[in-house]
Order: sequence, then structure tokens, then C-alpha cells
Amino acid sequence: MLAAALRKELLLQWRSRGQMMAVFVFGATALLLFSFAIGPNAEMLRTFSSGFLWLGLLLSSTLTLAESFHGEMENRALEGLLLLPSDPRALYYGKAIANWLQLTLLGCALVPVMVILYDAGTLQLLKLLAIIMLGAAGLSAPGTLYAAMTSQVKAKQMLLPLLLFPLIVPALLASVKATSLVILGDPMDQSKAWITLLAAFDLIYWSLCGLLFGRVVED
Amino acid sequence: MDEVAIDVERVARRYGRRWALADVSFQVPRASVVMVAGRNGAGKSTLFRVLATAIRPDRGTARVGGFDVVRDRQDVRRMTAILSHANYLYDTLSARENLNVVADHLRISRGGVMGVLEQVGLAVRADDVVATFSAGMRKRLSFGRILLQEPKVVLLDEPYGALDPPGFDLVDEVIRELKRRGTTIMMATHQLERSRTYSDMEIVLEEGRVVRQSAAEEVPC
Repeated sequence: MLAAALRKELLLQWRSRGQMMAVFVFGATALLLFSFAIGPNAEMLRTFSSGFLWLGLLLSSTLTLAESFHGEMENRALEGLLLLPSDPRALYYGKAIANWLQLTLLGCALVPVMVILYDAGTLQLLKLLAIIMLGAAGLSAPGTLYAAMTSQVKAKQMLLPLLLFPLIVPALLASVKATSLVILGDPMDQSKAWITLLAAFDLIYWSLCGLLFGRVVED
Repeated sequence: MDEVAIDVERVARRYGRRWALADVSFQVPRASVVMVAGRNGAGKSTLFRVLATAIRPDRGTARVGGFDVVRDRQDVRRMTAILSHANYLYDTLSARENLNVVADHLRISRGGVMGVLEQVGLAVRADDVVATFSAGMRKRLSFGRILLQEPKVVLLDEPYGALDPPGFDLVDEVIRELKRRGTTIMMATHQLERSRTYSDMEIVLEEGRVVRQSAAEEVPC
């Protein structure tokens, strides 16, 4: 059932791949604007680069997450799947995994923009990829749940960030700190602790949100 | 499955302060076709959504195939299919892909998808995205969805809506085929004369209440 749900999600994402480019441009523009705010101070730009990267990804994520339920609500397609019957958890994890892959891709695409704008490169690319994957997982699990909750209300574009942002502060903080240590250097080997914290929050988010999704989408 | 396919007892459902269904009770024998008539807003769609487990009743009990629509929701869903006002389709996917999604979630082979598309007259448009379909074509594809499910109980909410004359014939043909297979069918429609040719029973709803329940030929148009 999970494979069926994931296959459907990836197909839907592929069909709306044009939107992914728009979201990337939005994220890249946010990074550019942050660099204007700091000014021509190369050291400060580099210091804040990880925070800006994750802010850019966070702002972009609200667009992709909200959009992921647009097709489901247009003709009540999600209700149609639930009535087949489909397991709500499989539908949730299918969508959350698809959103996670999309956010990971977006995060990876924003890294070169960050390197160019902030001169914030690193040779630890695998470690950076792992942090982006874990951080994106921390955004997508609760983001998918809240996107489902807000998908039927009129002010969803406003409600989603309002509900989501406070919940993901721990994961976001851990992601920023771990990324910062990868870019700026980690003489005390602190990044492991932040990565472990991030993974622990991911575990909590993915377990709890999967359990709650059925209650959110059923009457 | 019991001899009674659908058993509704004092079911009530409200939206805000307004009761869409109020103390509705009736029984539907297995393998019969029931026509539900009533004006717009009489509660037909709400009744169908309760029976399909899309919404819960606020009061009363409803059983489909002996399973309670609240407690045994998944069992009810396994044996029921609904043609709703919402067509449950993904606009960005093709007709074939939409049915493939259904087949995958039902864990049945995708092999039957093209046969179903031929049955509902959409084989030539199988690979066109649903966004390019007319309302009638979407209705046909929704019918295809139901045929793929092979349910024991079918709930058809306005099956003739948006269809052209060949579409009307298709609906008649599908209903007769389902009836031959022993499927119990409940159908909300305004096409009373047409539906009466194969209906075994009629229920008339008015302001959320059953005002008449009888064998098909007894209710005047």
C-alpha cells in the first residue's frame, strides 16, 4: 500500500515539476535578499550562511507542502482513496516521503546558490547532504500533517506557517547548527551531537504524525 | 452477507444548525436496485456519504452488509463504492493513470484497466490528462473507477448528471450488469421514469426525512 501511495505521489510531483523550478527561484531569491541585508561583509555572510540556507528552505517548504494537497482536495481525490479503502498511514507516509525527497532536492539545489552568494563552501559534501536529508525530513513530516489540516480552510497559506514554524524549531535549530559546523569548521566535533538530536526529533515527528494523520483526514 | 444489504435506523446528520438528515430509517434487500428521489437539498447526498463512511451520522445507526458504518468503517469500505458529486479524480493524471492508482491501492492487477476504459467509452482518450475532459467524460471515468472496484454495494449519486444520451444508455447498461451480478444499488436521481424501469424500490426524501417508501411502480412521478 505504501508503494502504491508513493508511486502516485511521485507521479503527481513529476506532472507538476514546473512548480519546483518556481519554488527554487523563490528560495534562491530569499538567499539573495538575505545577502543584501548583511551587506558586503564576507565574514558575516559566511557565518550566517547556514541560517539563511535553512530559512530559504523553510520559506520554500510552505509553498511545496501546501501545494502537495492541492490535487487531493480539488476533486476530493484523497477522500476517494480513503473510501477504497486505503490505509491513512500509507497515504500519509507516501506523501511525506515524496515531500521529503522534494525538499531534499530543493535543499541540494540551494547549496550552490549559498556557496556563490556567501562564499560558504565545504568539502564535507556527504555530511552536508546527510544534514539536508535529516533537516528536510524534520520539515516534511509535520509539514505534511499540517498541510492536510489546513488544506480545507480558506487561509491555508497563512495558517500553515503559523502552525508549522513553532513545532519545527528544534529540528530547524539542530539543522542550522550542524550545517554551520560543517561550513565553518568543527574543532570540538559538536556536529555529531546536533545530528543525533536532529535524527531524534525526526523519529518523533515521523512516528507521531503518521499516527495522527488518520484522525486529521477522516470526518 | 445478510439478506438485508443496507439497514438504516433513525440516522440523523446535521451541518451547523441545519439537520440534513433527521431520523431516517429504511432497509434495502440484497441485490436490489433502490431509487432515492427528492428535491435538491433533501438529504440524498448526505445519506449516501453516511452510507459510504465519508461522514459519520450524528445519531442513529447504519449498517452495510451487516457492518456498522462507524465501528466497522474499513469493512464497509471494502464492499462499497460510491459515485459522488466529487469525482475523486486527479486532474493532472491521465484516465489510465487515475485507474492505475485505484488498482494499485486495491492491490489488483492493472491488466483490467484498459477493459474498464473500453467499457465506459474512454479507451481512445486513455492517455489524455483528466484536466482536458468534459464533465460527462469525468463522470464516465468515475464509473470506471466503480467497475474496477467490483463492490457488493454501489451508491450512485446523480449517475445521469452531465451525461449525453449515449452516456445515459451506458449508465443503464452498467446498472443492469451490476444487478445481474447481484450487486445492491442505491441511486439518487431526478431521472425517475428512466430509473423506474430497473428499480425494485423507491425512497422519497424531503427535508431530511423519508416521506415515502414503496415498490417502484407505486410512487407517482
